[in-house]
Amino acid sequence: MSATTVDTPQEKRGSGSKSKYVPQDGCLLEVDDLYVEFHTEEGVAKAINGVSFDLSQGETLAILGESGSGKSVTAQAIMGILDMPPAKIPSGQVRYCGRDLLTMDPNERRHTRGPEISMIFQDALSALNPVFPVGWQIAEMFRQHRGMNKSDALERAVGLMERVSIPAARERVKAYPHQFSGGMRQRIMIAMAIALDPAVLIADEPTTALDVTVQAQIMQLLADLQQERQMGLILITHDLGVVADVADRACVMYAGRLVEKSEILDLYAAPAHPYTRGLIDSIPRVDQKGQTLAAIGGLPPNLTRIPPGCPFHPRCYLARDICSGERPELRELVPGRFAACHFSEEVLGA
Amino acid sequence: MGKYIVRRLLQMIPVIIGTTFIIYAMVFALPGDPTAGKCGERQCPESFVAEYREKYNLDDPLPIQYAKYMGQVVQGDFGTNQYGVEVREDLAKRFAVTGRLALMAIAVEIVIGISAGILAGIRKGRFVDNLVLVSTLVVISIPIFVIGAVLQYFLGVRLGLFPVTVSSEATTYELLLPAIVLGSLSVAYVARLTRTNLVENLRADYVRTAISKGLSKRRAVGLHALRNSMIPVITFIGFDFGALLGGAIVTEGIFNIQGVGGYIYRGIQVRDGVAVVGAVTALVIIYLFVNLIVDLLYGVLDPRISHD
Repeated sequence: MSATTVDTPQEKRGSGSKSKYVPQDGCLLEVDDLYVEFHTEEGVAKAINGVSFDLSQGETLAILGESGSGKSVTAQAIMGILDMPPAKIPSGQVRYCGRDLLTMDPNERRHTRGPEISMIFQDALSALNPVFPVGWQIAEMFRQHRGMNKSDALERAVGLMERVSIPAARERVKAYPHQFSGGMRQRIMIAMAIALDPAVLIADEPTTALDVTVQAQIMQLLADLQQERQMGLILITHDLGVVADVADRACVMYAGRLVEKSEILDLYAAPAHPYTRGLIDSIPRVDQKGQTLAAIGGLPPNLTRIPPGCPFHPRCYLARDICSGERPELRELVPGRFAACHFSEEVLGA
Repeated sequence: MGKYIVRRLLQMIPVIIGTTFIIYAMVFALPGDPTAGKCGERQCPESFVAEYREKYNLDDPLPIQYAKYMGQVVQGDFGTNQYGVEVREDLAKRFAVTGRLALMAIAVEIVIGISAGILAGIRKGRFVDNLVLVSTLVVISIPIFVIGAVLQYFLGVRLGLFPVTVSSEATTYELLLPAIVLGSLSVAYVARLTRTNLVENLRADYVRTAISKGLSKRRAVGLHALRNSMIPVITFIGFDFGALLGGAIVTEGIFNIQGVGGYIYRGIQVRDGVAVVGAVTALVIIYLFVNLIVDLLYGVLDPRISHD
């Protein structure tokens, strides 16, 4: 690990404190054949079934999918905040700078949360503690991880609140979460997550609870911060509209598997999986006003009873006999483009 | 905040007038001649009766009597009871005992109730949790006079660990067992309330956030979740303190404690109207103030509650 070259963004990180985690060839995070299941009374829900992807420094990776596709569970597995039990990770690896987080000593792993990998959540109102001032909650990062004293930590919190464009940050540092608007609360959440200059930031539906104009501002802020700090950003969303301008690559998830993985522009231009196609077609468009919105028929499968073969076949317009019999593996169609469909070439050509 | 307190204090005035008037009217409505039996076996002399009726304004109509009485109370004069003792002195002595007993019972609630609740909450579904749930259910189901008498017999009489009854000095040691008995029911409620709230808050999103901030489990649970779980618990304990200051007739009776509850009980039995009305008036005022303090405390504990 010591032989790897330390590039500039890495040196900038941590403001002086030397990180013991050094990315190898720019690769920060590798999720390798990850499985997650939930043991419930109704049976075993297979939430994640062999997901692999990686994330490089300065890269933005979008994870797309409907509710229940496993995108949030993937994020929680990376963060190590799954409730275990009922969740169980039977196999797979999550490597951060070459170290497997899943087999790491729990205490050591805890210290990666915040300084190395950080996460922001969908609903900032419930994700922030209602009884502590926002400045205190941001400062807690510096106090707990850096051992800073109260006033220095609060000063850093003010700086971060200013960085995420909260007006009158100094006056509002002692205010409580409920005293902010939804957009401002999400900014505070972001300030808290980037406090210790993490190398990886996971944003789980960061704009879903916000109205459209605020969504754009928050996405812009995330994009700016990502540029500024060269973070690896994982953006989890079901809203394909919000990520197109920001993300570099995208993974599309269905029933706990990746069904497509490619550069985001390629994906939008020509999806290689019928499910991705359905997702893109279901984005409302102004020029189709008055027409029926193209929705994907049916519902995502119950994760305790995932259909055999291709899990998407019951809802797929292309489904043929082979689809219910044989599960398509994720395969590389052209360099950098992966899809898990027997008829990807057909979908691409359409 | 200041405005809120002033508004609440002003609201107290009609409440105090209303409740005390009801008490006064009820005591007034009790049948019987207050001078009867004052002079032993024989009829009281006319002059004594006249003087007595004059002293207690008994010839005035009820509202006038009440107004005169309240005029005295406002000046801090609760009147003199049948035995010629100033009710204020009696009350001061009684409240000193009851107040100490209530504080000790609250301490028992906090120490035992909250600890048991936390242990059960963080070990939900495990042995400790079931132990707490079952034992609190037992305590809630048994009437307090049974608990009091049983503990008095076994811990006091048989094992001699505690004094069996409380002397007129009412030392802290003597009040310990009564405080445990008095607090036992609330200990059970506090334990359950703490457990339920902690279990609920452990599932809250902000606890997940705390974990993802890299905080230790101890801090995420012990600070972030617990701080939120304590809001209803502390509010409950505050109101309970107000209620305990009203005295505890049963517990005081079992342990021979010279407290407020017994004072009112005896006052009612012997038709000592002055004592009863005075004690209850004081109780109403104390209870209202405790309530106000609890409400203010609630605003401090939960910043989402606004007192503007």
